Amino acid sequence: MPPVFVQALGWWTPGCPDWPRAAAALRGEPAAPAAGAGRPAPTLLAANERRRAPDAVLMALQVAEEACTAAGADPATLPSVFTSAYGDLAIVDALCRTLAGDPRLLSPMRFHHSVHNAASGYWAIGARNPEASTALAAGAHSFAAGWLEAATQCITDERAVLLVGCDTEAMGPLQSVNASRGLLAVAMLLAPQPRTAQDRAIAWRLQPGAHAAPPLRSAAARTLQAQAMADALPLFEALADKASTTLSLPLSTTLALALTLSPA
Amino acid sequence: MKLHPRPRPMAPVALRAWTATGAHGQGIEALARGLAGNRSALRANDLAGIDLATAIGRVDGLESLPWPDDWAAWDSRATRLAWWGLQADGFVDAVARACERHGAGRVGLVLGTSSSTIAVSEAAYRALDDQGRFPAALRHPELHTPHAITAFVQQVLGLQGPAVTVSTACSSSAKALAVAERWLRLQLVDAVVAAGVDALGGSLLYGFQALGVLGREPCRPFDAARRGISIGEAAAFALVERGEAAVMLQGHGESNDAHHMSTPHPQGLGAEQALDDALARAGLAAAAMDLVNLHGTASAANDEVEAALVARRYAPTVHACATKGLTGHTMGAAGLLEALVCALALERGLLAGSAPTTTPDPVFGPAFAERWHAQPVQRRIRHAASHSFGFGGNNCVLVLGC
Repeated sequence: MPPVFVQALGWWTPGCPDWPRAAAALRGEPAAPAAGAGRPAPTLLAANERRRAPDAVLMALQVAEEACTAAGADPATLPSVFTSAYGDLAIVDALCRTLAGDPRLLSPMRFHHSVHNAASGYWAIGARNPEASTALAAGAHSFAAGWLEAATQCITDERAVLLVGCDTEAMGPLQSVNASRGLLAVAMLLAPQPRTAQDRAIAWRLQPGAHAAPPLRSAAARTLQAQAMADALPLFEALADKASTTLSLPLSTTLALALTLSPA
Repeated sequence: MKLHPRPRPMAPVALRAWTATGAHGQGIEALARGLAGNRSALRANDLAGIDLATAIGRVDGLESLPWPDDWAAWDSRATRLAWWGLQADGFVDAVARACERHGAGRVGLVLGTSSSTIAVSEAAYRALDDQGRFPAALRHPELHTPHAITAFVQQVLGLQGPAVTVSTACSSSAKALAVAERWLRLQLVDAVVAAGVDALGGSLLYGFQALGVLGREPCRPFDAARRGISIGEAAAFALVERGEAAVMLQGHGESNDAHHMSTPHPQGLGAEQALDDALARAGLAAAAMDLVNLHGTASAANDEVEAALVARRYAPTVHACATKGLTGHTMGAAGLLEALVCALALERGLLAGSAPTTTPDPVFGPAFAERWHAQPVQRRIRHAASHSFGFGGNNCVLVLGC
């Protein structure tokens, strides 16, 4: 399988709103204090849409924008893969409450926001991007499944692909079945060729058998381990650290994604 | 709009086995009879707990289906629909043989759904315990996630290859076939079960009611009297491999309107890009299509844009039909269900009609009317296209052939 190249990354959590700060934290370095953290404010959304958009959409667009800017890539030209275990759980909570209470009060806006491809759709609109865009889920392995799809598209179409992973926190009664806590959005621009000598190459293959997720090395990552997108953390730790390394990201209890990171 | 690189032709992949269960009944022959008779399976809404005056495409008997003890924790309308759908047309055996040929680790699963098992979460919210938690009987965590049906089907079929849920509204299971083809092309797997499953439930019905696009009467795609969509439910499955078979997936194209979450691009630019990409991968011109199964939801805006696309791009001899008035709009299952409507045309020459619509809206013009077919036709064809243009501006066009 040909390798893919990581041209840029994006990251957003409430306390760490960009990849350079996150990379330092994931390397165990003291993080620079983040100014203006709180709600992400992607510039591609019009102000009125930004006000109404749910957290998951804002977070996803924020990291998508960061990755495009870092790579100098035109957001309008990239195919995209959005992955999320649950979508926006505040919206799921509100939707289920309304349906259980008075379903006729369900608002069209809330229904718009409840679809799993809400972030994908808002990204396409905001970035004026007509390229293929998908929205995936794969339970606790949603990041790994999204990465597989992005790498697959990158190789089959020989085009750079934008991968975005985003999950939120369980709200209300959902907390009795859903352990996701905190907010995390990540992005990765994968390309069939490197853009600069700083890009990292990732050789990849499917690896049969049961593989545990790699242990998290940093305190910053460990604070996010209950997050539904936490299966992204080992790869982002490895990318924050410049050393060559191999790691296995589980795709299920019987299959993993074997990744080998090296300089481009 | 930036310059879009046209994809290169792809090697077609084989539809080795397939099955579909929807409002016409269990299995592909029930669907084929419904299509041959141009019989709409829509009925007035009679779902318990859904107080809406609308037509639905409902699968009978799901509630009373004996549910296997082994799967007790997985019980829901959507998993029942998936289970019932799998037990037809020898599909489970065909998958078992593929697992024997290749090893279960070399057989993947891509399942398209929009609402998955959200109805279970809805039910839990109606029955919260005195501490505001889900009732004990509804606390199986794996049911409260969009990936639930995929995980269920994966376990039922014993598949150990990659498994992923595609959830891009109405294009979901059309895109599942595109994912499957890419996995096969890169030899990540040797076979893939592509699936589309969506069951009727409160979020879809009340959601489309909130958007104001739910029709009261059975939907009439492309009719001057079209008054909104009818939601249906279906489970569709296809086993896809490299190699040759009677029906091949020859191309797929995906795009986004980049226009609005629930209104199509007025000139249909996204839809046309998806069509162009599907044709480029198939190495065919639009004029080579003998059949096109339209997205045709019977919403005012969608049908108008799609009619213009058909008139502009397809040959006057094409058989254009819209089958959502027969089956209902089966949401995430629609893409694959309608690809299988095309497969029936390619395999046995059954070209579907478009009941209950007879005459298309005159505003679509004579070129569309010439291509439109209200009645089924029996004739051999070589190539068919299927349109899926969904919510969130998400488009997928498939090209199938024999």
